[in-house]
Amino acid sequence: MEKIMMKGNEALAEGAIRAGCRFFAGYPITPQNEVPEYMSRRMPEVDGVFLQAESEVSAINMVYGAGGAGCRAMTSSSSPGISLKQEGISYIACAQVPCVIVNVARGGPGLGGLTSSQADYFQATKGGGHGDYRLIVFSPGTVQEMVDLIGLAFDKADEYRNPAMILSDAIMGQMMEPVVLPEMRDLQQINKPWATTGMKNRGQNLINSLGLLPEDLVRINQELQEKYKRIEANEVRYAVEDVDDADLVLVAYGTSSRIARSAMGLARKEGKKVGLLRPITLWPFPKQPLADLAAAGKRFLVVEMSVGQMVEDVILAVNDRSKVDFFGVPNGAVPTVRQVYNRIMEIL
Amino acid sequence: MTHEIICAGFGGQGVMLIGQLIAYAGMVEGKNVSWVPSYGPEMRGGTANCSVVVSDEPVGSPVISEPNGVIAMNQPSLERFLPVVKPGGVLVYNSSLITMKETRDDLHIIAVPANELATELGNSKVSNLVALGAFLQKTNVVTADGIEKALEKVLPPHRHKLIPLNLEALRKGMALV
Repeated sequence: MEKIMMKGNEALAEGAIRAGCRFFAGYPITPQNEVPEYMSRRMPEVDGVFLQAESEVSAINMVYGAGGAGCRAMTSSSSPGISLKQEGISYIACAQVPCVIVNVARGGPGLGGLTSSQADYFQATKGGGHGDYRLIVFSPGTVQEMVDLIGLAFDKADEYRNPAMILSDAIMGQMMEPVVLPEMRDLQQINKPWATTGMKNRGQNLINSLGLLPEDLVRINQELQEKYKRIEANEVRYAVEDVDDADLVLVAYGTSSRIARSAMGLARKEGKKVGLLRPITLWPFPKQPLADLAAAGKRFLVVEMSVGQMVEDVILAVNDRSKVDFFGVPNGAVPTVRQVYNRIMEIL
Repeated sequence: MTHEIICAGFGGQGVMLIGQLIAYAGMVEGKNVSWVPSYGPEMRGGTANCSVVVSDEPVGSPVISEPNGVIAMNQPSLERFLPVVKPGGVLVYNSSLITMKETRDDLHIIAVPANELATELGNSKVSNLVALGAFLQKTNVVTADGIEKALEKVLPPHRHKLIPLNLEALRKGMALV
């Protein structure tokens, strides 16, 4: 397969189309604008729909409708825009409609800035909107993973009838790296007998997010929780590097994992035994692998482009079996390799 | 070997393009590569730069804070990046537009009158390729053949008629070192 250089945002958009996405609705915001720009050109070529909505709220509700009708549908935005979508995401989660939401995160809070950020971790993994619900959240660490994980996100969204999120960031979105693109997915292979496609010769399919009778709402929530347990049991994904002999394991995802990796390389040159665990799914979170490493006596240093969000999940997973340190920077700043290296050298 | 390169200049000087050419050529030559742009909020008329990594190893951080190679096309870029180049690194600067006020004796510093040399070729817009040529001659990050292949990929088809001029500019820069 031919390698080509692509920007993260464009690779993500092409990956979505090749995974069978045929409906995109969005509203412009930096630093994700390459996604709708690419989709606006590419969707008509594959008989798909590109729609620039009047707002983020409209876009997510259009995705709710298209997903309910059985189409592989997605929307993308950046942090403030993702906040606007939360009501729709909560409805979609309750109605069990598969779709993919992409957040190319930028600095917050508020309107914030255009620099890269990992301060939307809580929003992505702990709900974001109202109610007890979860998204399956993927974090790409390379441009190749932008392609691979959006395909997986569509597959898992369909498999569990659950919204999935790609939590990327400005650097991942703007970066160019070599990618190999997969073949176009055969749309005939994607079957959704539950979708609202017109009754014809079958019974009624109903999609909604309403449970006015208390017993109905209990049943809906029990069904969701049972599904989330299955996802937690089967869908944890992570990558480890040099952890076997490590005294200290860095824990980082996305852009931070790349910076952490370089810092690990510098520390290894100084004879320090440092490894890296990179969560690929942020929810479900790789609790067990962290617990196992803690039980084996490893210490941890969590590196984030925020003042500390994922670190809370690492602390929960480690559960006092070992020590967890943290290095983060406030939004607006990007951690440097040297800063992370210096923190490693303080600890070891 | 890992090359960590920053290309910097005014918007419109083609610094993003030469960064992409290095990255694309590196990929063609079997290296691991990354390219990240960094525009300031002062983008219009301000300084733009990109970070390029070309390595035998998988690329760690795509964002570079301590480059071992810099191509500076304007005065603000030189002032920003001269202090952070790693000792032993290479700095190529566009002496047509830059006055060197302070220098460092632990770097390989190469002055390239990129605008004058490009104008001699009949098109001042290829000053970026002149500077790139000098940089590559000194560092051997990628070959001129790699850049030629990269030009075919990076430039849109309707600009391919400019490839010979760009290669001429590249060679002119190489001949300077």
